[in-house]
Amino acid sequence: MRKFSVGLVLFLAAAMVFTFAAIDADAADTIKIGFNIPLTGDNPDVGASSKNSAEMYLKKKPKIEVGGKSYDLTFIFDDNEYKAESAVKVSTKLITEEGVLGIIGPQSSSQAVPAGDVANNYATPMISPWSTNPNTTLDRPYVFRGCFLDPFQGPVSANFATDELSAKKAAVIYDIAADYPKGLAEFFKAAFEGIHGPGSVVAFESFTTGDKDFSAQMTNIMMSGADVVFVPQYYSEVPLIVRAAKEMGWTKPILGSDSWGSGDLMGLCGDDCKGYYFSTHYAAAGAKGETKAFIDEYTATYGKTPDDVAALTWDALGLMIQAIKNTGGLSGDIKADRTKVKDALASIQNFPGITGGMTFTADGDPKKCAVVVKINDAGQFEFFKSVCPK
Amino acid sequence: MTLNFLMQNLINALQWGSFYALIALGYSMVYSILMLFNFAHGDIFMVGAYIGLGVALGLLSLFGTGAAAILPGWLLLVLTILISMFLTAFVGIIVERVGYRPLREAPRASAAITGLMIGIILETSNILFLGGSRLKFPQLIQSVTYNIGGVYVTNKKIMIVLVSIGLMLALHQLISHTKWGMAMRAMAYDYVVVPLVGVPMNTIAAMTFAIGSALAAAAGILFGLAYPVLDPYMGVSFGWKAFVAAILGGRGSIMGACIAGFMLGFIEIMTVPAIQIMNRLFSLNIGSNLRDLIAYSIVLVILIFRPHGLFGQAYSAKLRL
Repeated sequence: MRKFSVGLVLFLAAAMVFTFAAIDADAADTIKIGFNIPLTGDNPDVGASSKNSAEMYLKKKPKIEVGGKSYDLTFIFDDNEYKAESAVKVSTKLITEEGVLGIIGPQSSSQAVPAGDVANNYATPMISPWSTNPNTTLDRPYVFRGCFLDPFQGPVSANFATDELSAKKAAVIYDIAADYPKGLAEFFKAAFEGIHGPGSVVAFESFTTGDKDFSAQMTNIMMSGADVVFVPQYYSEVPLIVRAAKEMGWTKPILGSDSWGSGDLMGLCGDDCKGYYFSTHYAAAGAKGETKAFIDEYTATYGKTPDDVAALTWDALGLMIQAIKNTGGLSGDIKADRTKVKDALASIQNFPGITGGMTFTADGDPKKCAVVVKINDAGQFEFFKSVCPK
Repeated sequence: MTLNFLMQNLINALQWGSFYALIALGYSMVYSILMLFNFAHGDIFMVGAYIGLGVALGLLSLFGTGAAAILPGWLLLVLTILISMFLTAFVGIIVERVGYRPLREAPRASAAITGLMIGIILETSNILFLGGSRLKFPQLIQSVTYNIGGVYVTNKKIMIVLVSIGLMLALHQLISHTKWGMAMRAMAYDYVVVPLVGVPMNTIAAMTFAIGSALAAAAGILFGLAYPVLDPYMGVSFGWKAFVAAILGGRGSIMGACIAGFMLGFIEIMTVPAIQIMNRLFSLNIGSNLRDLIAYSIVLVILIFRPHGLFGQAYSAKLRL
């Protein structure tokens, strides 16, 4: 009896070893890429755009060839609830439990900055398509991004307010509890005061995430005599701020940032937002070539024009796949492969993205142009001006 | 700091405070009758806003929009408010029946926790059914901004404040001049003995929830008109703050809840200009984001000196409506 038991145990153990070996053999033919995106929470449309873009990519290219071997692509979408702590948890889980080769996301700087730390600590390549805060990639060799930075966007906005809107005094209203608005508000202030002298930003009003009433802040701005208000906020807050401004009798221009272009801004804001300007990554109206092909396919699939998040996610994914191909072959040892992908990413030259060509700097940031668009009377984002880094 | 500036903020505060006041009423009424705080009340405000959205969109599709409209906007608004109040009252009744009635003999903590759970259930069902995206509340009436000597007032602001005060007066009439109101007051006085003399406790409790929820629904629709972006979690912080107003007014005091609601709105709004003045006078650099910290510290100080709230009574067993 006892011999039988020992035999059974040995048999089971052997069976298990073989099963695991079989699973491992299967796993070797798949490349997993994780998505750390907000499917619920304060910015669900950002997550939806990212997911749409990724699924469209997967449908088009479900397999990739690396070093003469064909792999199945697998995407794992995980919800970071638009919270910093959940983004950290999601990244950790994707890396340690799911064994992903690389991560796309998080999109917003508030989540990308802390999640970038996790990716870098675990030596896993990560590309944030949409995070413009410098801290996301700073001193993190494993972290890249697909867009321009706020130290560039801030001066673009300040120059635009000066040249095109002939503003001499500016006001800013921003969420102090989120990395992106806070950083950009400060870069704008520095740039504007650099042009017009200290004190030319006459009102620098802040609030905290989740606030709905901006009437008190707008009253301060009204009384400050500003010529323009800079609002570096997301699509869910912009309508409330713009409404508060109009109710206080504000008739001067309002200037936004690249966060305006995402989600359902026009659906929520409607007529209130028409006639205002914002800086962004690309203008869908009037696009050409590859960009147009992407826009057309996306529109046909999902019934809406892709926002900048969708376009940048497409490019970030393209970069990640290109880097994996450039490694010239994967070893199967996930840790070594991650490092290989990171090295390949860092050396990519002139990647032809639909939002512009990309070559990474030593910090993992691409040099890209910004586009200023005007929201026209039809509610479309109309190309107004393009500004490139010198 | 001009008079205009003060007046402008006063008007902002009136609008902001009326939401707190309407929601705080629901907390206070339930507390007086059943001696428990319905922590799902903030989420019933959210549900009311979404029901209002559904009703408004339904009415708009029935009666047309813009130039093709059959009925004027204000009539649609009145209909939206009334229908939504009616529908949300049923949500309140269901919450009472399912969540609170089975726990009436249970420890108070169980009932409070149930309230929190119902709140989470309402939020997550919203995400499940509507997908969690922000929704825009339709603007049933055209927004008009008046400039009265440098102070900007919109027709909506005036309407919101008037409708809120009207609803509060209607509630006052109901409580002090009807038989149901008398039953509610009696129950608030002593909910152990009063049912023994034939007052139907369950009916009164259900009615209290219904009225509180209807008021929250009205607040939700007015909120949608002023701040047209709805999200599933909009009731959470509102619920907390209205709860603070109910405590500040004195647990179970209806008048206290109204006054404290407006007061809370006033403190919150006025903190921003006050910070600005402080910054100028003492050349500091404090941001407006410290609004809640300062506003709620003031509330804390008030409560230290008046622990039973502004209109509360020390004998918790003898609360009056």
